[in-house]
Amino acid sequence: MGKLTKWKSALAATAFGLAATAGMGAAQAADTIKVGILHSLSGTMAISETTLKDAMLMLIDEQNKKGGLLGMKLEPVVVDPASDWPLFAEKARELISKDGVSVTFGCWTSVSRKSVLPVFEELNGMLFYPVQYEGEESSRNVFYTGAAPNQQAVPAVDYLLGEEGGEAKRIVLLGTDYVYPRTTNKILRSYLNAKGIADADIMENYTPFGHSDWQTIVAQVKEFASQGKKTAVVSTINGDANVPFYKELANQGIKAEDIPVVAFSVGEEELAGLDAGPLVGHLAAWNYFMSVDTPENDAFIKAWHAFIKDEKRVTNDPMEAHYIGFKMWVQAVEQAGTTDVDAVRQAMYGQTVKNLTGGVAVMNTNHHLSKPVLIGEILEDGQFEIVSATDDVVVGDAWSDFIPESAKLTADWTYPWVCGNCEKPRF
Amino acid sequence: MSLRQWMRGGALRFLMVFWALAVLVPHSGASAAEDLGTLVTELGAASLSKKQAVVDRMVATGAPEVVPILEALVGRDLYTRKSDGVVVIGQKTSGGKLLLTDPLTGSEVGTVGSREVKRIKTNNRLRSSVKAVMGTLTLMSPDPQRRLEAADGLLKSSDQAMLPLIETALAKEADAAVKNALQLAKASIKLQSDSAEERLAAVQSLADRTDPESRVMLSRLLLKDGDVWREPDEMVRATAGKTLASMESRLEMWRTVEHLYQGISLGSVLLLAAMGLAITFGVMGVINMAHGEMVMLGAYTTFVVQEVFRSVAPGLFDWSLAVALPAAFLMSALVGIAMERGCIRFLYGRPLETLLATWGISLVLQQTVRSIFGPTNREVGAPEWMQGAMESVAGITLTYNRLWIILFSFCVLGAVLLVLKKTAFGLQMRAVTQNREMARAMGIPTGRVDAMTFGLGSGIAGIAGVALSQIDNVSPNLGQAYIVDSFMVVVFGGVGNLWGAFAGAMSLGVVNKLLEPWAGAVLGKILVLVAIILFIQKRPRGLFALRGRAVES
Repeated sequence: MGKLTKWKSALAATAFGLAATAGMGAAQAADTIKVGILHSLSGTMAISETTLKDAMLMLIDEQNKKGGLLGMKLEPVVVDPASDWPLFAEKARELISKDGVSVTFGCWTSVSRKSVLPVFEELNGMLFYPVQYEGEESSRNVFYTGAAPNQQAVPAVDYLLGEEGGEAKRIVLLGTDYVYPRTTNKILRSYLNAKGIADADIMENYTPFGHSDWQTIVAQVKEFASQGKKTAVVSTINGDANVPFYKELANQGIKAEDIPVVAFSVGEEELAGLDAGPLVGHLAAWNYFMSVDTPENDAFIKAWHAFIKDEKRVTNDPMEAHYIGFKMWVQAVEQAGTTDVDAVRQAMYGQTVKNLTGGVAVMNTNHHLSKPVLIGEILEDGQFEIVSATDDVVVGDAWSDFIPESAKLTADWTYPWVCGNCEKPRF
Repeated sequence: MSLRQWMRGGALRFLMVFWALAVLVPHSGASAAEDLGTLVTELGAASLSKKQAVVDRMVATGAPEVVPILEALVGRDLYTRKSDGVVVIGQKTSGGKLLLTDPLTGSEVGTVGSREVKRIKTNNRLRSSVKAVMGTLTLMSPDPQRRLEAADGLLKSSDQAMLPLIETALAKEADAAVKNALQLAKASIKLQSDSAEERLAAVQSLADRTDPESRVMLSRLLLKDGDVWREPDEMVRATAGKTLASMESRLEMWRTVEHLYQGISLGSVLLLAAMGLAITFGVMGVINMAHGEMVMLGAYTTFVVQEVFRSVAPGLFDWSLAVALPAAFLMSALVGIAMERGCIRFLYGRPLETLLATWGISLVLQQTVRSIFGPTNREVGAPEWMQGAMESVAGITLTYNRLWIILFSFCVLGAVLLVLKKTAFGLQMRAVTQNREMARAMGIPTGRVDAMTFGLGSGIAGIAGVALSQIDNVSPNLGQAYIVDSFMVVVFGGVGNLWGAFAGAMSLGVVNKLLEPWAGAVLGKILVLVAIILFIQKRPRGLFALRGRAVES
């Protein structure tokens, strides 16, 4: 009997506690602004996306310490779409209609973005997408803070073809088999053709996600490079497959000085999980590197280490994209005086934020940023040494000029266009 | 090298040869060293594109201090101190700081944090040309590795002025690899000679080779710049074309050998991954979806063992895998036994429930590892003897890590066969799987044998994880990548037969690798899958079907 009463009282206490928390939650909801975070915390993409979730929590925390926004606290709403593309759409719907978030920061792979796109357009939400991608898209409801192909792929190829990069005459395009590498390589092929490199001097090869046996392909690259012309590799290999790829390169004796590889998906976070020895001297193109020596970047890294309580954690390009995107959104909300999506969107155009690499990022009316392009060489410690940087910021181009059918399209969400993919102004 | 570069460098390179030959003579270069001091400062301040000129001028001073400075530059150890702009050489100390030394005198000038100095930038182009220049300076070094680098550098620069130096070195050289590189460099230089006869002789001297470097040299002769042939003499061109063609035909055979090797290597990876499953699924009939996670646990055990080695005995790091093997076996075997006793034994004879339950366990294991070790990949190092490749004269490469894994998989297969055929436990195991009731009647503790069998299968998956950690990512998803392939091997090879698994793995590996060059990795994989489906239609029991009453029931 005594036991039973104890149980009962415990139950009652729990129930009361629950009710209290629920009540508090409701009370809180009234005077907070909710920010959705839609990044995979489990599954294949957890490796990259977990960090972005943490970065967003840090930015929101910092903003709250500064007194929040419009006199209200920001409240992060974290959901886990578990690297499952259809689940991204479900979770996005949940965030907008059930949780009522004012803005969402999220997605990594292009396929997850394509999956949530209809949801954001239908419910008129606002998404900040922080990862470099293949372009060919401009949605009224998405701000693309990562690089478009002309802010990463094209300058990287320019570098390889230029004197400093070794004047490559043959190019190998290696990629994982999905939309981003295929589209990027389509753009690059026509760009290379325009630069006088014939199709016979371009080798294109795709591998499945997580490909681990690179023996044949590396041997093919070696063979392709032994035809008397300087050869370079442009890699859009994504995720885990990179490690065995670089290992195989090193094991087969290919040095960066002979056949440099420039990668678009290898950053500090990816290098942190592997022995960077075999990669030294190979290149990557991004808009941000952790090794950039500016006071803004130093402060950001310091804040990150303090927040995550681990001095060894690195920062990377998509984190900077979220940093810029979040700051811009905060400024736009302050300017608009509301979190209403339509008002904030109008206020977003032309917003400027000092980026971490020392310049100023601008949000353009095609929903893409103007950012500098940096090319770095991989060092022993998994950091990058910048060997080339654009003099000025590059305006992100939603529709590539190197694909005939998209060259004539313009994305501009202001009068008289108000359109993501039009051939002429609508008004 | 462009013509412009060459003309600029000509006089300087003559000086360098002179200096390289006179290197043994004691040098008194006080004034030159002074000059070098300003040049070094200039090197620190120059932009990337201007550095080459500064390096050339530094070499021209002929001071012996140039070599360590250039080595530091190439090795990314040359810095400018932010406080006063002085150029220093920095060596990493154990505390993450940099020990600075004066590049000219070699004396220590203090220790600073890494943010107080700025690295002097280099890029691939600068490094390869500096290495080429250094080739002339280190060709006589007693260390064969440095001589080899020097010879490679000479091959890259292919400078006519270096010919006498190379001849001298060739006459003295005993190391085969260095000799080979020097001969290549010599041929490459002769190919630039003004006399067509010498060029022809150089082409002929390459006739017996098939390595990529000589093929690059020959194919360069056959290129056109606009409408002008790079090689003006038709005779030389024709010989080069013929030589190249004969090289290609000889290579053709070697390429098949290479593809076979790659196929066997892929096959041995498949075999390792599938062998444990051949026991748990093949022999016991348990559809174990958590098999991949046993492999993953083995890989993570390797990581933990290596971490221990790194902190306790870094000198013995090359032996870490020897410790990791039994540790991984035990770890995975224990988890396997716990799984069998805690869950699977209640589900014998109910394949669908087993499938769901083990799949659930696999998710639990994955997320547990993710919570403990984090979602990012973990770095597992390769011991010295697993790095690099065997470069055969024919120009094909056999990488050491793959070679070891092939050997290792055969050893594991042999060991498992021994256990099954020659030990009492193996006998009991076979007895239980063939006729459980009869075995129990004979006094065999069937429950314990089941647990041990499952433990054995899981343990083998664990040591497969040790091997896979050398060629793949150590991440919580490691197992998922292999589970489908493993089932494919076991089903294709014939359930319940280790030799079937062996034949299945090898044939899948070789077919995959033979298809890949012309079908591509994605299409190749699809073709293999389609072929297996068709094959299973024809022979549902796989390559080596077991016959007998147990199978029929």
